[in-house]
Amino acid sequence: MNRYVLSLLVENQAGVLSKIAGLFTRRGYNIDSLTVGITDNPDISRMTIMITGDEQMLEQISKQLNKLIDVIKVTELSSKSVCRELALIKLSYSIKNQSLIKEAVNIFRGNIVDIDSKSMMIEVTGTEDKITAFIDLVKPYGIKEIVRSGVTGLERG
Amino acid sequence: MKVSDAICQCLIEENVEVVFGYPGATVIPLYESLRTSEVKHILVRHEQAAGHSASGYARAKGSVGVCLSTSGPGATNLITAIATAYMDSIPMVAITGQVKTNQIGKDVFQEADIKGATASFTKHNYLVKEAKDIPRIFKEAFYIARTGRPGPVLIDIPMNIQMEDIEFSYPDEVNIRGYKPTVNGHKGQIKKVLEMIRKSQRPLICVGGGVITGDAKEEVEEFIEKSRIPVVHTLMGKDGVSCESDYYVGLIGTHGFSYSNKSVSKADMLILLGTRIADRATVGPNFAKDAEIIHIDIDPAEIGKNLGPSIPVVGALKNILKDLNKEVKSTHSEEWMEEIRQWKHDAKVFATDEGHANPKSILRKLSEIADRDAILAADVGQNQIWSARNYGIVNGRRFLTSGGLGTMGYSIPAAFGAKTAAPERQVIAVMGDGSFQMSMFELGTIAANKAKITLVLFNNSGLGLVREIQKNTFGEGHSSGVEFGLSPDFLKIAEAYGIKGRRVQFNEEFEAAFREAQDAEGAFLIECVTDPKESTF
Repeated sequence: MNRYVLSLLVENQAGVLSKIAGLFTRRGYNIDSLTVGITDNPDISRMTIMITGDEQMLEQISKQLNKLIDVIKVTELSSKSVCRELALIKLSYSIKNQSLIKEAVNIFRGNIVDIDSKSMMIEVTGTEDKITAFIDLVKPYGIKEIVRSGVTGLERG
Repeated sequence: MKVSDAICQCLIEENVEVVFGYPGATVIPLYESLRTSEVKHILVRHEQAAGHSASGYARAKGSVGVCLSTSGPGATNLITAIATAYMDSIPMVAITGQVKTNQIGKDVFQEADIKGATASFTKHNYLVKEAKDIPRIFKEAFYIARTGRPGPVLIDIPMNIQMEDIEFSYPDEVNIRGYKPTVNGHKGQIKKVLEMIRKSQRPLICVGGGVITGDAKEEVEEFIEKSRIPVVHTLMGKDGVSCESDYYVGLIGTHGFSYSNKSVSKADMLILLGTRIADRATVGPNFAKDAEIIHIDIDPAEIGKNLGPSIPVVGALKNILKDLNKEVKSTHSEEWMEEIRQWKHDAKVFATDEGHANPKSILRKLSEIADRDAILAADVGQNQIWSARNYGIVNGRRFLTSGGLGTMGYSIPAAFGAKTAAPERQVIAVMGDGSFQMSMFELGTIAANKAKITLVLFNNSGLGLVREIQKNTFGEGHSSGVEFGLSPDFLKIAEAYGIKGRRVQFNEEFEAAFREAQDAEGAFLIECVTDPKESTF
């Protein structure tokens, strides 16, 4: 089993997301993550879908997606692509570990975007692996809440 | 122009002559426009039948069938028919009324999310949000339904929109950026196909339903004649090849003939023409085990889904075969064909004709005495397999059955749709007592429209195919939920609708009953009393 990232250009219309999600359900494929947003053309949205499976499944799901009238283009994001994920992590802290956390945030090129007397919110961007590594690193300090955007990406060049 | 009038105008622009429908509150404005429109509306007795009739119409005529219903239950009743059409790639446009735009999502009376509900059963669907979109949406819907791999398209139209006014102008062209079906085959792939045909010693063609939906029967026959390759077919491909062809072998698959399946397992090359090679078309691990596979289909997603081909060719069958026909040479298949003929000869064992009316003998008889050009609508169950195995078809668009979804109750409304499309043609519907009872209310539609259809009902007092599977799985005495307990007098039911009929107890009586049916003024029911133990094969 491998992980694949599909990048879709779709019509920016109501119901398109549910059609695409429904297709995955009906064909028995799981979505690991899905992100969607409009492109420079407001009529078109781009979806990035991460899936786990084999080559055959990837071929089928790409072909089935292409059959949807609202899907304009399907591209598999290969290693020649830039993929990123964003995470917001609300972390407990104390005077004792504050500087250690700040150091970790710096190493991972994250930002502290909010802070109060008990917790801080950290923003990190990067590959899925990097985010996971950062979360593992700060877990011992006590994660209060977390949100991950899911992977999004573009082909190089 | 009122949107409801514009909808009728769109139908006229698309050369729609007939709409099968059932009215309700949310399509009242549209029905008011239909009242005076040149588009003919035929009132059915259940929305599902409207869908099946549109499907039968589309299949017989080779154009897009149209059905119409109100919102809520009217729309949900259409779903089975839409799904049936989707599985068999039948071009169809379903129009549904919807509650007013400002009431959508509020669970008002007869509201149903039909767009959401039919997402996986339609090729595409629309919920009209702005009146001005109507002409574009209709143009697109008909285009999507009939081009590429055909299929059903649904248009859901809120009632308030039907009453609005628009400037009407029907678009000349369609431009959908996400929909550009490949029609021409790749030249390089076609060359490879020709090369492989040259090398093959035991070539075989398998014809699927795509030959009919792709309007490629003539090209297929030319291809067969030129290449001299024997032909098998799937259930959906039955009318895609003439049973009178010298190269005709027969039906393959779970309900196919042993010699057809044997041909597939012994072939060294299998050319799939417009078939998805579904589970029912393949039997066991020997399916095409020694064969190089050439798969020609308009839908790229079907290639490699069930069978990994050596040479895939995507495009319209008609165009690809035209290309192939220009260059294909005769194969040296005489010995191979002779071998298949021998298997076929050895397998010919006819059922004994004692006792009850035997469906196999009767269907073979029907095959002889029916018009050469008759349309046969077969239902689902043993009657479908009996028909597929024992009734010979020469021309295309003559065998209508629910192949993919296997929808019982299909034959009566589909036959009615076919008769509406081709009034000059003899139309016969074959069914069991189970499937008859699933659509018997449509006798009303048939009688009211004076449709001359011959209904052949094999009454084996229960659900024969299920009973047989139960017996084969769990042994004798394991019938469960397959006996009706009480069945009506079918001839009396028909009579109540003014439809004449005849009960046939023995094979010899069938011919006279069929002649009587042809001489009768309207529809005619022939009830063949069949042994419940009669097997499918």
